[in-house]
This record gives sequence, C-alpha cells and structure tokens, in this order.
Amino acid sequence: MNFRFDIIAEYAPFFFKGVLWTIGLSLIGIIFGTILGLVIGLGKMSKNRMLRLPFEWYVHFFRGTPLFVQILLIHFGFMPLFVSQPNPIASGAISLSLNAAAYIAEIFRAGIQSIDRGQMEAARSLGMTHVQAMRYVILPQAVKRMIPPLGNEFIVLIKDSSLAAVIAAPELMYWGRALQGQYYRVWEPYLTVALIYLILTLTLNKVLHHVERRYQT
Amino acid sequence: MIRVTNLRKSYGTVQVLKGIDIHIREKEVVVVIGPSGSGKSTFLRCLNLLENFDEGEVIVDGFNLKDPNTDINKVREEVGMVFQRFNLFPHMTVLDNITLAPVKVRQWPIEKAKEKAMQLLAKVGLQDKAHVFPDSLSGGQAQRVAIARALAMEPKVMLFDEPTSALDPEMVGEVLSVMKQLAKEGMTMVVVTHEMGFAREVGDRVIFMDDGVIVEEGTPSDIFDQPKHERTKLFLSKVL
Repeated sequence: MNFRFDIIAEYAPFFFKGVLWTIGLSLIGIIFGTILGLVIGLGKMSKNRMLRLPFEWYVHFFRGTPLFVQILLIHFGFMPLFVSQPNPIASGAISLSLNAAAYIAEIFRAGIQSIDRGQMEAARSLGMTHVQAMRYVILPQAVKRMIPPLGNEFIVLIKDSSLAAVIAAPELMYWGRALQGQYYRVWEPYLTVALIYLILTLTLNKVLHHVERRYQT
Repeated sequence: MIRVTNLRKSYGTVQVLKGIDIHIREKEVVVVIGPSGSGKSTFLRCLNLLENFDEGEVIVDGFNLKDPNTDINKVREEVGMVFQRFNLFPHMTVLDNITLAPVKVRQWPIEKAKEKAMQLLAKVGLQDKAHVFPDSLSGGQAQRVAIARALAMEPKVMLFDEPTSALDPEMVGEVLSVMKQLAKEGMTMVVVTHEMGFAREVGDRVIFMDDGVIVEEGTPSDIFDQPKHERTKLFLSKVL
C-alpha cells in the first residue's frame, strides 16, 4: 500500500482551518453547555414539581435522542424559522451546547447531591442562608467531585463536534470527507483526522489532569 | 429562653412527636434521654427548625419559629448546634471552619474572628490544630472543634445531638469535659445523649422521652433514683 503524503500536504491548510473550527465549536459547547447545564441542573433540583418538570424533560429529550438527529432537526428545522440561510457553524454550536447542557446538568446535580446532608445542616445551623451555605460549603466540595465527569463530557464534546460535518460545517471532519471525495482515498484523510482528534483529546486530558491535581490540595 | 407548646410532627403516617410541652430557662442544662426512635433527636432539631413541625408552637429567644415574620437565620445565629457526626467542613482548615460563620453571617472583621477562634481552640485544648484539615483529627478532636465552631457565633443556647455517640469510648471523656466546662460557665444547653453519668452530674433537669412524648421529667436524682413510670424504670434498667 502506498500512502500518499502529498495529498495530505495539499490539504494541510484546510485541515488547519478545520481544527480551528473544531476547537471553536468545542469551546462554545463547553462554555454555553456548562452555563446552561448549571441552570438546568439547579432547575431539576427545585422542590416544586411543576417547576422541575420542563427541566427534567429537557434532559430526557437531549440525552434520549441521538445528537445526529438533533443537529439535523436544529439546522434544517429549527434554525430556518429564524433565518433564511442558517449558518452550519452556528447550528452546530447550538446543537452541541444544548446537548452537552443536558449531560452537564446531571453532573452538577449528582455532584451537589453527593455532598453529605450534614454539611448543609451544619452551615444552616450557624445562621447561613441557603445561598451562603451553597457558596461557601456545598459547591466548593461538589466542584471537586464534578471535575472528572466534566472532563469526560468535554472530551466527548470534542469528538461529537465531528457530526457537524453532515451539515457542512467546515470543521476538521468536513475536510477529511472532502479529501476522501476528491481523491477516493480512505486511509490518508481518515487516519489524519483521527490522529488530530487524538492530539486534541490527549491535550485536554493533560489540562484536566492538572486541574484535578490542583483541586486535590 | 425556649418555650415549646404542644409540638407535633409526623413523617407520612407515623407520628414521631405527639405533643411536647417544655419550658427551658436561661442557664439551664436540660438533658434528654430515651430509647432510640423515641423522637428525642427530632425534638431537638425542631428547636432550630432543621426539622419542620406540623403543629404546636416553639418560641426561642422571643421569636416564634412559625411566625412568617421570623427570620429563621437570625434565630439560628443565637442557637448553636453540635451534631453526632461533627459535620466539620472538610475543605477548610480548623481555623476557617470556626471563622466562616462569624465573618459571613455576623460580618465580623477577619482579625476579630481569628482571635475569637484561637481563644475557643485554647478553651477546647486544640490551639496547635488551627491550621490542619479536619480529616487529620481524631473523633474527639473533631467534636471539640465542632463545639468551638458553634461557640464562635456567641450563641445564647447550645443544642447537642448525641455528641458522643459516634466516638470511640476513650474519646468520650474529652468531649464531655468541654461540655461540663460550658455548663459551669452558665450556657443554656439542651443535650440529647446516652451518657447517663453526664446527665446525672451536669443536668439541672432530665427529660425522659419515649414514643414521641415526655414520659417523665425531674432533677437527675428524681429520674435516676426514684423513677415513677414503668417505662422509665424499664429504660434505666437496660442502660444503667
């Protein structure tokens, strides 16, 4: 088998641009997914059943249906309601954020509920308000426990951003498929793309490891 | 200081408090004894509303706890609580555990809070532990820090919920002696405990609870030497 490095070299500028979009999509997903996830997680913990319901169904829907389907629904169904020519990057970013938020909401909820009830009771018995107890006692402990599952979710997010290729968002996977289509080669584009994803996730892994270690003490 | 009238509480269909009436005076040390499941911990936790109740009235330091105008946080500032399982904050040093509430709730300057904390640590014999984290403390040390943490708010009443039940036997003494000292200084205390020796020696009044009611109350010698009720006699015969 001859491996054609020349066509990879030819596509290098596109791969580079694609990686930037992949990183951009992932970062947007991480940031907005985390913010939205916190809101949904808190909503799901509400004592009021009616208030809780929409948040619960949000999580049911986005965890219970494939991201692939969500991307298609959002790009071809939801977005055209607002703009005539939906931008695939925007559609991809929105899909990823909404999807990640559902998982992150569960991570927040599990993290907070894993803290012993006695901690809240001790804080409240000292006269702290619920918000103060959350801020100074519960969350600092919960965040530490949330880091490993959050890291896991972020890694999934990077890989899942490749699904945006199906709506022609010009991220990394999109250019891999373009190279495959132009030269009818399989190994060169897909191995290259796989390697780049691996580098991205390993790098994130390293960063998370550092964060985890810093929080340990 | 604390006046409880006809306090009732149920969990689902099970009534755990069936009408409690008691008046606790300033500087009084009231010890609550009784078999497990008698409702004594639930009763104690109603006094600072950690546990909500269904019926009756609890008035603490002049505040009616069920009055919608009562700020429960203000009441809790004056009511310290010590738990069976210590509940120290594991992500903070001993010193930060003690200064957190005075600084955040009472708005004390940090220096004042630290000074107070060090005084209290000296009082419970743990000055040298100020900068360690709770997981390196023994059970007895942790409970003494928990007492210091509650005292840092300068409360008017202290509630103790089986403070020695989670301790190894050799550590019970060090916690009880801190509590004795506190009683001697005139702190108003309500203590749920299985330590009959402590009840007899330190209690001004002993309450025997069973099945959600106060069966008998009196001075320690009334309860321990001349119990009137069968249930009291039966309980004491098992624990003494």
